[in-house]
Amino acid sequence: MTWVNTVIQGILLGGLYALFAAGLSLVFGVMRVVNLAHGDLSVLAAFLSLLLVEHAGMAPLLTLVIVVPVMFAVGYVLQAGIINFALRTELAPLLATFGLAIVLQNVLQEAFSADSRGLDAGSLETSSIRIGDHIGIGWFPLLTFVTSVLVLLALHLLLTRTQLGRALRATSDDQRTALLIGIDNRRIYSLAMGISLATVAIAGVFLAIRTTFSPSIGSARLIFGFEAVIIGGLGSLWGTLAGGIVLGVAQAVGAQIDAGWGVLTGHLVFLAVLALRPNGLFPRTATA
Amino acid sequence: MTGLLEVDGLSAHYGDFQALFEVGLTIEEGETVAVIGANGAGKSTLLASIAGLLRPSAGDVRFEGRSVADLGANHRARQGISLVPEGRRIFPSLSVTENLLVGAYTKRPGPWNVQRVLELFPFLAERAGSRGWMLSGGEQQALAIGRALMANPRLLLLDEVSLGLAPVAVKRLYEALPSIMAEGTTLVLVEQDIGQALNVAGKISCLLEGRVALAGRPEDFTREAIVEAYFGMAA
Amino acid sequence: MTNAIRLGLCGALIAVLALAPMWATLGQLRNLVELLTLLTLAQMWNLLAGYAGLVSIGQQAYIGIGAYAFFALGDKGGVQPYLAVLLAGLAAAAISLPSAALVFRLRAGYFAIGTWVVAEVFHLLVLNTNWLGGGAGVSILFVSDIERRTRSFVTYWMALGLGLGAVALAFVMLRSRVGLALTAIRDNEDGAEGIGVDVLRAKVGVYVAAAFGCGLAGAITYLSLLRIQPDAAFTVNWTAFMIFIVVIGGLGTLEGPIIGTVIFYALQQQFSSYGVWYVVALGVVAIAIAVWVPQGIWGWIAQRFDVSLFPLRRHYRAAPIRQDEAVESPAA
Repeated sequence: MTWVNTVIQGILLGGLYALFAAGLSLVFGVMRVVNLAHGDLSVLAAFLSLLLVEHAGMAPLLTLVIVVPVMFAVGYVLQAGIINFALRTELAPLLATFGLAIVLQNVLQEAFSADSRGLDAGSLETSSIRIGDHIGIGWFPLLTFVTSVLVLLALHLLLTRTQLGRALRATSDDQRTALLIGIDNRRIYSLAMGISLATVAIAGVFLAIRTTFSPSIGSARLIFGFEAVIIGGLGSLWGTLAGGIVLGVAQAVGAQIDAGWGVLTGHLVFLAVLALRPNGLFPRTATA
Repeated sequence: MTGLLEVDGLSAHYGDFQALFEVGLTIEEGETVAVIGANGAGKSTLLASIAGLLRPSAGDVRFEGRSVADLGANHRARQGISLVPEGRRIFPSLSVTENLLVGAYTKRPGPWNVQRVLELFPFLAERAGSRGWMLSGGEQQALAIGRALMANPRLLLLDEVSLGLAPVAVKRLYEALPSIMAEGTTLVLVEQDIGQALNVAGKISCLLEGRVALAGRPEDFTREAIVEAYFGMAA
Repeated sequence: MTNAIRLGLCGALIAVLALAPMWATLGQLRNLVELLTLLTLAQMWNLLAGYAGLVSIGQQAYIGIGAYAFFALGDKGGVQPYLAVLLAGLAAAAISLPSAALVFRLRAGYFAIGTWVVAEVFHLLVLNTNWLGGGAGVSILFVSDIERRTRSFVTYWMALGLGLGAVALAFVMLRSRVGLALTAIRDNEDGAEGIGVDVLRAKVGVYVAAAFGCGLAGAITYLSLLRIQPDAAFTVNWTAFMIFIVVIGGLGTLEGPIIGTVIFYALQQQFSSYGVWYVVALGVVAIAIAVWVPQGIWGWIAQRFDVSLFPLRRHYRAAPIRQDEAVESPAA
């Protein structure tokens, strides 16, 4: 029955990966920029949360109320102030976000030391539901998964039911024509980056509660988010959820076989999908 | 008396290549103007310059008496200039209805809404839920026009709407124009196919290699004069 | 600058460098090896990104593979150390082929992360393989029967050969049909395909060549350092250095990586004692360059003053029209 537990853990973790991935793919879809600092920004969110917990005595989950809007603002300013000016070549935004990632990692390391930290959510973290004799689902992982799905749902509704969402999708389809209907591309990019960082903030805080975090862990998270996007297939939020779940399960199963093989198994599954189904497991049929 | 749109000594470049040479054009409110010319004459460049996709290298574009040369395309859309671009360019991943809804992004007041646009193009109403990429050429063109109408423009620019369409589809599109003109919208049509354009236009401007070769009312010119201006075979 | 002066200066510089074992201390030779391998890596990254349009952030894969192949061949296979260096480079090139088959399915930014994932896979494979030393790393002991000074000299000359070779390879490739093809691809990929350029073959060719260069650089680096740590061999910092050098110097030029390497190395020697803040400053500089001078410092100079050290650009010289050949235009 350990395998069932393992798979369940993987699924629940996968929801979080999908949430990481959603912000990354939103930004890529709208402005064709891969934000190499995406993972490090989630770590920034976790440290912001830590500051609030340590100095204002807030409960970790409650810090989201402050951290999410702050990260939205950070994303908006980052895009409006820097990245919007680094869009002229294909290399420029990669370079700018790469530079940002390096700055973030090192500044965080200076400010907080390289040690691993954790956010303590108290009893919520350790209690679990029991199903039958052998299967236990932790409350917190379940809450994490449900939150991830809800945020993805909210994103989906934003994209499909609101004018802003339509504008985001229109810009993603055709930047030049979007101008013709009055869309201010720069502002749309800034909003997209803001939304992206807001989602990654949620993911970052939840991950910080669930496991430990440190200034250098952003790169790994970036890679997991990216793998979730590719496994699931470009252009589909629910595909990304599926991709995250596949990745989470692969990592969990791999780790169960041998402690050192968890992350590697995820990578190998990613490469297998890339080799056999390069469009992902659930790609959107339309090409943007 | 200043026209709704004044193009004054407009020159435009693509890199080192000059596409327009001091082009002038005045359009009064409510008029329908056809800009004709052979391939490469500069017609699309002219519309792109009016719409704001291309910055002029010299000259000015004035709308409602004020210069818009420094305004980007999205600003001009908010002012009331809408371009239906060459190649249709509807948003392929959005549905027909969504394309129309996003067309109203500028929130300009006016008579056009989703229902009225679908009444104008009934064949679109049947496809309201279909994604843009699923539509035929004629349907996409109608959608592109409808999307531009949703911004309730004062000046509607149509770039080669007949390109690549069967005559039946072209006829269907041109039959919708009178309803648009009846709302008082000023129209500028760019066409390679002179026939349809001359039927609806009150004024024509013929471009040849980036310059205005002929301008005025269609009835003032003989067919030969127009053909010569079009092909550049003037004596 | 005429070609003769150019050649003269280059020749003099190469002669001085070749004689370095005469005038440099062993410590300085080690520094020069580091500089030359950095130069090689920068030229490789420049070839990929500046000419083939492939932005890779995973070249550290081939540096690490070169290093560990070198170890495996020499330590386990008993291969002569200097030969092992060459074979290690070839091993890296061989492994780059299936990698290319995978990552080339991705585009642009996602391609970049894909290359990083490939690097991470090799990193993790090494960490989990005991006979390659696992997480503890390995020592290069199989060279201990070579006399220290001799080993230093030969390592240096190999590094010099590699550095010069990298520049020469890039130069030759770019002057050839491959170079024309690459420039065409860089400017307009679809257009290039339309006129018959085999885009995929050109890109794969460059990718494999870059892997070869990085593999050799990795092998030589650890021949010099004598101890391989997997985290250091596969760290993404290699990519960071390559990017900084090329971007500071100038993407898509041959001179850029040379100038960038010298600047970077000088900065490294001067400021690395400032630790973290030095790295932060590099990051800020990268962002600034991305925003203001995306073509790099040398790129900016070259554009501004129309200068180039290496004759790479093709100039069109219109043949003068002879009077009797002029064609009369038809009467209007």
